[in-house]
Amino acid sequence: MKARFLIPLGVFLVLVVLLGVGLTLDPRDVPSVLIDKKASEFSLPDLFDPGGTVDSSSMKGKVWLVNVWGTWCPECWREHDFLIYLAKQEKVPIVGIDWRDDDAEAKQFLLEKGNPFIAVGADHESNAIMDLGVYGAPETFLIDKQGVIRKKHKGAMTLQVWRDEFKPLMEKLEKN
Amino acid sequence: MKRLGWMLLLLFPVMVLARIEVYQFDDAATEARYKQLIDELRCLVCQNQNLADSNAELAQDMRRITYEMVSRGEPNEKVITFMVQRYGEFVLYRPPFQASTAMLWTGPFIILAVAIVLLLTFIRRRAQEKTQSLTAEDHERARQLLDDHKT
Repeated sequence: MKARFLIPLGVFLVLVVLLGVGLTLDPRDVPSVLIDKKASEFSLPDLFDPGGTVDSSSMKGKVWLVNVWGTWCPECWREHDFLIYLAKQEKVPIVGIDWRDDDAEAKQFLLEKGNPFIAVGADHESNAIMDLGVYGAPETFLIDKQGVIRKKHKGAMTLQVWRDEFKPLMEKLEKN
Repeated sequence: MKRLGWMLLLLFPVMVLARIEVYQFDDAATEARYKQLIDELRCLVCQNQNLADSNAELAQDMRRITYEMVSRGEPNEKVITFMVQRYGEFVLYRPPFQASTAMLWTGPFIILAVAIVLLLTFIRRRAQEKTQSLTAEDHERARQLLDDHKT
């Protein structure tokens, strides 16, 4: 019992390690349970065509991206230019889901800043985004020819994420 | 006038709560099920709140889905499966007992058991130290000390 005074020090060190690990974890980063699962089909009112719909089924046989965004989301503004680069330079088909947004504002936004999407569906009641397990915007999904979700990125899409995670996988999937 | 203003200010929290939508239920049992479910499901936007407490827009939509499913007569398990399939077990405020949650469920009881064992050994050791009884000499000394202070 000579080393009794070391007990508080030991407890303190254990706490430091636990808190240190805790600091490096991001509580907002909830792992998606939908990776490698079939993406549920959605059919949303077309933002630009009243009466028309945007359907995920029309993308069957393609490798494509779904981007969940909204004009209320600051990170979506930040990633917008990069999405335009993807659509124009890399010729990536991106379907947009405009989440809980004002239609007029969303249209205005795309007119002013350019439209990277091949189609935009308006999801006013979170029905489609809930099926994708989305809880924040922006989120980008990579969907393969069979309609399976292969990758998901939370937060703004950047050149680095695209080059390291999406592009190689996308090229591989396109060959299948 | 100032007093009236303060009294109105007291109403403010009630007014904030009133923003949460009101649903009509066919019977009390369905309403109870709805309340229980939104109590146990986590809002993913503000993660330390359940659906019942959260004002986030996603939480509103998740409450709506819960309401729709419950009023269609679907069992609680089906609502929970619906949410878990989309958001994982993180969405549950009462996660099931399994390997990854074993520490969560048993941890507090393990800590309690350790604390009880430590407490018992501590009490026992103190009891042993106390059993040395006083000698006649000690009693005499104590009486003298007490007498000195009497005056």
